[in-house]
Amino acid sequence: MMLASHAVPAATPAPVLRVENLSVAFHTRGGLVRALDRVGFSVGAGQTMALVGESGSGKSVTAYAIMGLLEAAGRITGGRALLGDTDLVATPPKELARIRGRRVAMIFQNPRAALNPIRTVGKQIADVLLRHGGATRANAWDRAIEALRNVGIPDPARRAKAYPFELSGGMCQRVMIAIAVAARPELLIADEPTTGLDVTTQAVVMDLIQQMAAETGMATILITHDLALAAERAGRIAVMHAGHMVEDADTASLLSRPSHPYTARLIAATPTAAGSLDSLSSVPGGLPDLRRADIPHCRYAARCERRTDACDQIVEMRAHTPGHGVACWNPLTPMGQPAEGAPA
Amino acid sequence: MRAVLFRLAGAIPTLCGVVLVTFLLTRVLPGDTATYFAGPTASAESIAQIKASLGLDLPLPVQFWRYIVALGHGDLGMSLTTGQPVRTEIVNRLPASAELTLCALILAIGIAVPLGVLAAVRQGSIVDHICRVVATAGVSLPVFFTGLLLVYVFYFLLGWMPAPLGRLDAFATPPPGKTGFFLIDTLLAGDTETFRAALSQIVLPACTLALFALAPIARITRASMLAVLGSEFVRTARASGLSGPTVVLTYALRNALLPVVTVLGMVFSFLLGANVLVEKVFAWPGIGSYAVEALIASDYAPVQGFVLTMAILYVLLNLGIDLLNRAIDPRARRSA
Amino acid sequence: MSTAAAPIGTPKTGTNPISPRLAGANPGDTGPAGTPRATPTPKTSTAWAHARYVLGENPVTLIAALLFAAYAAMALLGSAIAPFDPLASDTARALQAPTWRHLFGTDQLGRDILSRVIVAARVDIGIALASVALVFAAGGLAGLAAGFFGGWVDAVVGRIADTIMAFPLFILAMGIVAALGNTIPNIVLATAIVNFPLYARVARAETLTRRDAGFVDAARLSGHRDGALLLTQVLPNIMPIMVVQMSLTMGYAILNAAGLSFIGLGVRPPTAEWGIMVAEGASFIVSGEWWIALFPGATLMLAVFCFNLLGDGLRDIVDPRRRT
Repeated sequence: MMLASHAVPAATPAPVLRVENLSVAFHTRGGLVRALDRVGFSVGAGQTMALVGESGSGKSVTAYAIMGLLEAAGRITGGRALLGDTDLVATPPKELARIRGRRVAMIFQNPRAALNPIRTVGKQIADVLLRHGGATRANAWDRAIEALRNVGIPDPARRAKAYPFELSGGMCQRVMIAIAVAARPELLIADEPTTGLDVTTQAVVMDLIQQMAAETGMATILITHDLALAAERAGRIAVMHAGHMVEDADTASLLSRPSHPYTARLIAATPTAAGSLDSLSSVPGGLPDLRRADIPHCRYAARCERRTDACDQIVEMRAHTPGHGVACWNPLTPMGQPAEGAPA
Repeated sequence: MRAVLFRLAGAIPTLCGVVLVTFLLTRVLPGDTATYFAGPTASAESIAQIKASLGLDLPLPVQFWRYIVALGHGDLGMSLTTGQPVRTEIVNRLPASAELTLCALILAIGIAVPLGVLAAVRQGSIVDHICRVVATAGVSLPVFFTGLLLVYVFYFLLGWMPAPLGRLDAFATPPPGKTGFFLIDTLLAGDTETFRAALSQIVLPACTLALFALAPIARITRASMLAVLGSEFVRTARASGLSGPTVVLTYALRNALLPVVTVLGMVFSFLLGANVLVEKVFAWPGIGSYAVEALIASDYAPVQGFVLTMAILYVLLNLGIDLLNRAIDPRARRSA
Repeated sequence: MSTAAAPIGTPKTGTNPISPRLAGANPGDTGPAGTPRATPTPKTSTAWAHARYVLGENPVTLIAALLFAAYAAMALLGSAIAPFDPLASDTARALQAPTWRHLFGTDQLGRDILSRVIVAARVDIGIALASVALVFAAGGLAGLAAGFFGGWVDAVVGRIADTIMAFPLFILAMGIVAALGNTIPNIVLATAIVNFPLYARVARAETLTRRDAGFVDAARLSGHRDGALLLTQVLPNIMPIMVVQMSLTMGYAILNAAGLSFIGLGVRPPTAEWGIMVAEGASFIVSGEWWIALFPGATLMLAVFCFNLLGDGLRDIVDPRRRT
């Protein structure tokens, strides 16, 4: 039986990215913040996986840790992030800089702020093409225009000369996507890519990301607090809470049979087109203080109505049913198979 | 080009304010020119006569009009002590001041910007601490005092530098004037010996001024570089795997320079003021020491001419800064 | 000059989310009754904790505070703690290098430099303090009125500030003293005038952010007149920032005054004043008598340094957001 801390791999080919036991801590004035604790998941070529959770749950920290972009106060304290055969955690910064943008790329929320305000978007794409895409000084500009055309920007030759403040938010996000996919990476991490865009633009941007993924076979990690968006776009959803991975399953299974109390709460808190607003409920309580030395082993315990004495013991991600992992001593649905080594 | 003209037009009200204030400083306030002209033994009658001859008995608006007309002809009045037109003296002495100030500014920027950048990139390192000490200590330095200290150490103790007696020692012949900048004129004339002499004379005063101007530039460079390095677009650049130099120089520094350029306006304000003090310490024959000499002799026309010249220069410098800002920042360009 | 963090040319605009909290936390600020102010007690302790944190983190501020105490003692006690009469000349003892008897040496007239440096503290700090107090009142009120009333008041204050800013400040101060007459009160006035735009702009920006705050509207609805509102509601709330401004400009005011005396404006010999003493020592530097200029110069420099550090420290306590 799986006792590993990462999700049960469903019948997938060798994953593009496999994250194992990833832990991150931040040194702050108030003490050590253990922002990520033994997080694990994997994503295969052409797949879209969503990392879901409320703000502060560690979704973005996970992404930054994988990319090697943690701010100075943050340290990876354990675990691996395997991109193919390369452990990104163990890769020295200079080499990592060559991998970023070439093999794994990232796009962000608030695309206008994410672009250099005083450099034309064409040049910003050309910078990446020159670094990774094998472009030469002579053809970089033309290839940048081509990249703009590929992300569906009309009149790309003219737009290439535009500055970010002259483009709409949706246009800027297309430019970001063009930058990200310029070197045809194996993995794209999209961190809240639609936050701050209007609804119709959101759909267009997500369509574009998925179209790019389909064309190049790249894997996508979609980081969002919006479970509805994840449900619509991702084949697999991993739910994070306070730096822990609490549930990891394919989308249909997670939505129909949520196993972790937190996932169930998240689903209940997500508006649907069919449901009335009255049926919405919020998740009670707040995230625990991660600076405390005695963080409970289940970081959801304090907010959980199903809490028992067992919750004080170390809780691992266990396979609930094949392909559906959950880290809970009292899951909502009975475990398919009792986990080995688990206390009775 | 139209933006430049537009901006020039925008400076006109400021210039008018400057001219008005300078006029008021001369006429309305109690420092009575006529009494001074007439001398201590003059009778009330002769004072009135002098007043009339100087046009000081006319109503203020008329006086102001005459003042403006005179200014329009480039007439800044006569110096009582030298008997020369103020304009001639200022025009003759301006290159000395400009050469000194520019050398100091180039020196200050050349040191402060790399220092601020390094301090921000290596936050918490030795360079960072040096930068912070420089930023706080530098603004506390009385330039006239640091100038004297440098003279004591490098002239009296070490003997590396010549005596603080102006742009060239008495025996050297100044180069044939083209620009009035000795460093440039000597090079144009191919006179390396005089160039070296002029250079050794300018080193200490320029360093004194630079030390003073360095602090605010280093401070703002560090602060704005820190802000930019933490910004989202630098994160994007890193996430795209761009090389360290590209991220720091092409992405971060160019953006960080915007506040630095803005702060140059304030730096110029301090630099032009400090220039007066440094010229006095080093007997530098610029317009600052001209004004100080006139001030001590209660010869007010040169002082007023000096204040007006400096204010106009400062307005023009601010205009230049604005245009520089425009050149760097496309947002400023397009919004005009 | 430590205004580098808040450049004179760039008025501080934008909201200031932190100050209201600290305004409420300032022990000297007792807002009028009825002002909605949430739970002041824990916030006071927060401000204290923050002050302690800043001092602990930054022992330099502590050193500056001690230095400040020393200067205050010099300025207050003056000739009482000076070992010699600062004006008594003794040509037999002229130009003596520092000895145990004359710790800072003697000048060209045989006067004891240490005594002169001590006595000069009152003159220099006095001039700076007077000019800062003057501009604090004038600039503060002008900025307050400009921010509160807007309209033509704002336009006039802004125009005056812009015109002053159009001059290099030290040169404007020179021009003013030259025109008004070469006296100490005019030095005070000139120093105040060149600082006016800074104070007016800070006060204006702070007032603008307060004007639309809820408690001012509440007071207005309860029938307070504008003038009363300005003095009782807005003024106390912008005090912390203005006090920081004062300590930040003290250093510049001292430099300005000393610079003016150095070129022969304002204070005149034989009065002991740091700028003049440096000027007197200047001609002896080239012949090696360094102590005449060094001690007053170093004392001046340290005073400015002390005020700048103190201002920075105070700003960190009152307005942590603007730390650089």
